[in-house]
Amino acid sequence: MPEKLAQCIIVCGHYGAGKTNLTVNLALLAAGAGERVTVVDMDIVNPYFRTADHQGLFLDAGIRLIAPVYANTNLDLPVLPPSVSTAIRSGERVFLDVGGDDDGAVVLGGFSSVLGERGYSMLYVVNRCRELEPDPVQEARLLERISRASRLRPTHLVDNTNLMGETTPRLLERSEEYIREVSRLTGVPVLCQAVEQRLAGQLPAKGKLPVTIYVKPPWEER
Amino acid sequence: MKGNEAMAEAAIRAGCRHFFGYPITPQTEVAAYMSKKMPKIGGTYLQAESEIAAINMVLGAASAGVRAMTSSSSPGISLKTEGISYIAGSDLPCLIVNVERGGPGLGGIQPAQSDYWQATRALGHGDFHVLVFAPSNVQEVVDLVFLAYDLAEKYRMPSLLLSDGLLGQMMEPVSFPDPVEKTAEKPWAACGHQNKRPHNIINSLYLKADQLERTVVERFARYAQVEANEQRCQQYLCDDADYIIVAFGATSRVSQSAVDTLREQGIKAGLLRPVTLWPFPKDAIRAHIPHVKGFLSVEMSMGQMVDDVRLAVEGKAPVGFFGRTGGVIPKPSEVVEAVRKMAGGDR
Repeated sequence: MPEKLAQCIIVCGHYGAGKTNLTVNLALLAAGAGERVTVVDMDIVNPYFRTADHQGLFLDAGIRLIAPVYANTNLDLPVLPPSVSTAIRSGERVFLDVGGDDDGAVVLGGFSSVLGERGYSMLYVVNRCRELEPDPVQEARLLERISRASRLRPTHLVDNTNLMGETTPRLLERSEEYIREVSRLTGVPVLCQAVEQRLAGQLPAKGKLPVTIYVKPPWEER
Repeated sequence: MKGNEAMAEAAIRAGCRHFFGYPITPQTEVAAYMSKKMPKIGGTYLQAESEIAAINMVLGAASAGVRAMTSSSSPGISLKTEGISYIAGSDLPCLIVNVERGGPGLGGIQPAQSDYWQATRALGHGDFHVLVFAPSNVQEVVDLVFLAYDLAEKYRMPSLLLSDGLLGQMMEPVSFPDPVEKTAEKPWAACGHQNKRPHNIINSLYLKADQLERTVVERFARYAQVEANEQRCQQYLCDDADYIIVAFGATSRVSQSAVDTLREQGIKAGLLRPVTLWPFPKDAIRAHIPHVKGFLSVEMSMGQMVDDVRLAVEGKAPVGFFGRTGGVIPKPSEVVEAVRKMAGGDR
């Protein structure tokens, strides 16, 4: 776990930027280091491919999962349990995995005062390959919209650029320039680049966070 | 890109400038993408007051010869069937998308394939067929959108792209073909004759029985050509297979993982994946009858496509079925088990 991060870590960004996979990795890393970890699935806007899908993995690692009351019931009402505030106030390691875009970030607004009191790190996740025509200006605008919707300010950018199984070291090198431009436009510093384990050895280790792919389609689970 | 967004982008690149929709999970991203993009490129995005209105707007736009599209998910497609029948009865090409969810009724919002019967047999009243395409990955969603429009125009009939909640919501890398600059001439289109030709009438009403019969029989002559020329499927390790899994869409990817496992276990399994559900690739299936010990239809339903497998096989080989329904996606291990059971248990 990067030392510069607060106990409470918010993960936000574009739909499909890879927020959930990053959250699962960071949570397992923290739990592996002996921390008491709580993961909050705060996605109340999209019922598919979400943190709450990984309950078994969390149970094995001793991680507590707090999910929207109706998560995975097909009745995704925007209802979060009161234990979310308690977890944020506890001072223990908490990850808040937020829904995509500013739509998903609205829910954070209700917790902005308690988060302000306790201190937080807010990771804005970027996948340069997510959009058909990547544009740092649009990316920066989305960050500002998320900031307004959540009444919080992203503290770090995480470069999660990937094309799933087709990711290459070259693609990852190319994204560095893009993320630097997003950083320049927003004034938000880059924390690290998430790199799939299989590629980590092929790139200089500095500024890299090796990650495992946990968010997978059903045919990859034999 | 997300499957639903890639589909919308593909339709735009295929020349679609008229989209009429109505929101429903899990297809809403298609409409959302169109609503953002269409105004920027001089196209029309219209959120209709209902699914029924949307499909009738497609009928109107297609009558004028443009590439029109609507998308919905299972319950919404049920509402559209009246309009689809009218479009088929008017010999019009268009693209209809069903991002399937569980049913019947409101059902659920998780992926399903339980609209197979509806897609291939019951998209409305009357004697007619619709071209039905079943992509299994996001790239194929894109590629089949182009093909669906081309064949719809070639044979003057509607195309249905059958996706599901998994393909629609998942993300995969995708590349797009070049945009279509010019689509086929449509001398039949009702787009203004400017006193230069007799006017075209788009119509599905034939009150004289012999006239209606003649029209339907002519249409079925075209369907016979479609069945002869447009059956499409992809085969994986079928040539020497003892057991062939027949599966389409997302289920085919689960089945392919199962085939790999079965091969590792020494069972000669293969996968035949229909890409067109109508016309059903019965010729490809029949070709394997001499060497297989059985076919297994794997579906996210209680067993619908299995009927077509049986019709293709005509009782000349055993046909089994394995499925999960209601939004439950079968696991590769379950499919392996189903094939092993067919092969006579643990060998």
